[in-house]
Amino acid sequence: MQSVWTLLSWGPEGWLDDIAYGVFITVSLAAATLPVGLVIGFLVALAKQSDEPSLRLAGNIYTTIFRGLPELLTLFIIFYGAQIGIQQVMRLYDPTAAVEVNAFVSGMIALGVVFSSYASEVFLSAFRAIPKGQYEGGYSVGLSGWQTMRLVVLPQLIRIALPGLANLWLILLKDTALVSAIGLTDILRQAGVAARVTKHAFLFFGVAALIYLLLAIISSFGINAIERAVSRQQVQR
Amino acid sequence: MSVAAIDRPPALPRGWPRQRILGYALVCLWTAFLAGIAAYLILAWNGELFAKYAPGYVSGLGITLLLVAISIVLGAILSVPIAYARMSKNRVLSGLAYAYVYFFRGTPLLAQTFLVYYGVGSFRPQLEMVGLWGFFREAFNCAIFAFSLNTAAYQAEILRGAIQSVPRGQWEGAASLGLHKLQTMWKVILPQALIVALRPYGNEIILMIKGSAIVAIITVYDLMGITKLTYSRTFDFQSYVWAAIIYLVIVEILRHAVEWIERRITIHLHR
Repeated sequence: MQSVWTLLSWGPEGWLDDIAYGVFITVSLAAATLPVGLVIGFLVALAKQSDEPSLRLAGNIYTTIFRGLPELLTLFIIFYGAQIGIQQVMRLYDPTAAVEVNAFVSGMIALGVVFSSYASEVFLSAFRAIPKGQYEGGYSVGLSGWQTMRLVVLPQLIRIALPGLANLWLILLKDTALVSAIGLTDILRQAGVAARVTKHAFLFFGVAALIYLLLAIISSFGINAIERAVSRQQVQR
Repeated sequence: MSVAAIDRPPALPRGWPRQRILGYALVCLWTAFLAGIAAYLILAWNGELFAKYAPGYVSGLGITLLLVAISIVLGAILSVPIAYARMSKNRVLSGLAYAYVYFFRGTPLLAQTFLVYYGVGSFRPQLEMVGLWGFFREAFNCAIFAFSLNTAAYQAEILRGAIQSVPRGQWEGAASLGLHKLQTMWKVILPQALIVALRPYGNEIILMIKGSAIVAIITVYDLMGITKLTYSRTFDFQSYVWAAIIYLVIVEILRHAVEWIERRITIHLHR
């Protein structure tokens, strides 16, 4: 009977090194998804707040679809769908081609579209919180549309949207657990392997849950630091 | 310069500004995409396959809805004492409730489900002693257990937020009329709090329906589980497309129902 500390030690006996690798994968997946999701979310929010009805419609269809689908289903559809789609295209040139889609990239795309559809709502409500006078003021001092956006609206937008985006980051961190279902070796999958080998399921899944909790706590410290930094830039009135 | 010339609003953009071209292009793209899916489903239509697997989908949908309904109800019952503890002035009690809520909101639902489903095996002797082993051997019961605990944490926060959004004066007013605490809660505070809580509750149900898809990983044949099974047997990608359509329809129905109820119960607030 191995002791708990042996099981959780670093090296060939213990599983800590494997779980640490899982933490690396989870964190890098979340970190790689974040910029993609933020950019797409911002663009969709821009479309949804424009004066052009067709742009608004296109943005709303995007949010409706990717907010309505379960994250796991989105992941499977992108993982298997991309595999089948690319395979069909490849077969046109090489009938024997077998395609293996990268689980990390599929996970990134799936989590990215889900994140962006929620982020677009956060950005949209932030856009609505900015008075029209800010745009008009920008135009009246001779800034172009893009300059007004970059110099006047965006700095205020980020400050308003930050709490909502921080929340979405925590949700994203938790959603990365789903990629273990398509075979990516994240925290949960490594814990599952360890549990199967050692038969200490409660211990390893408990450790995995505590690691997620720790990541959330660390993130909230980071978020607090960012919020303080952003609010310091705010003009004192 | 005349006043009328100054007051005239800017002319609406006519013709084809860049935004409109982009918007039309995107809408065309979406139309093509959705039409493509419809065409794919029609082309891939296979009556034999449909007859074989459609009943499975219906029962899977039933399992999903049953799972969510039981978890939501159990979670709602469990959330009341948690919310009470969270609001209590007793430091230990509120600390414990806070830790509970923090744990269940800070870890993935999938990890919690695994913890219950695979982890109960570690406590088999103890569970057999109290006669609960039979309950936890079923994956469906494990899922209900994990989901109820999870949604209880979220619902406790919703309930607490809603109750605390009611101004203090309402408590004081009721107290000055001689209502005791329970009466105040039931007749004065809750009716006002539930208006605030309706939308978060609706979102929580939607999140549970979407989240319940993960039980497919622990071998419960809900809608997602049936879909995975169908795909692994037929290698026909349309099994996933059908599941996506069903999930989208349920979520949209729920979302609109919540909006409708909200419009109905806030009639007295609109002028």
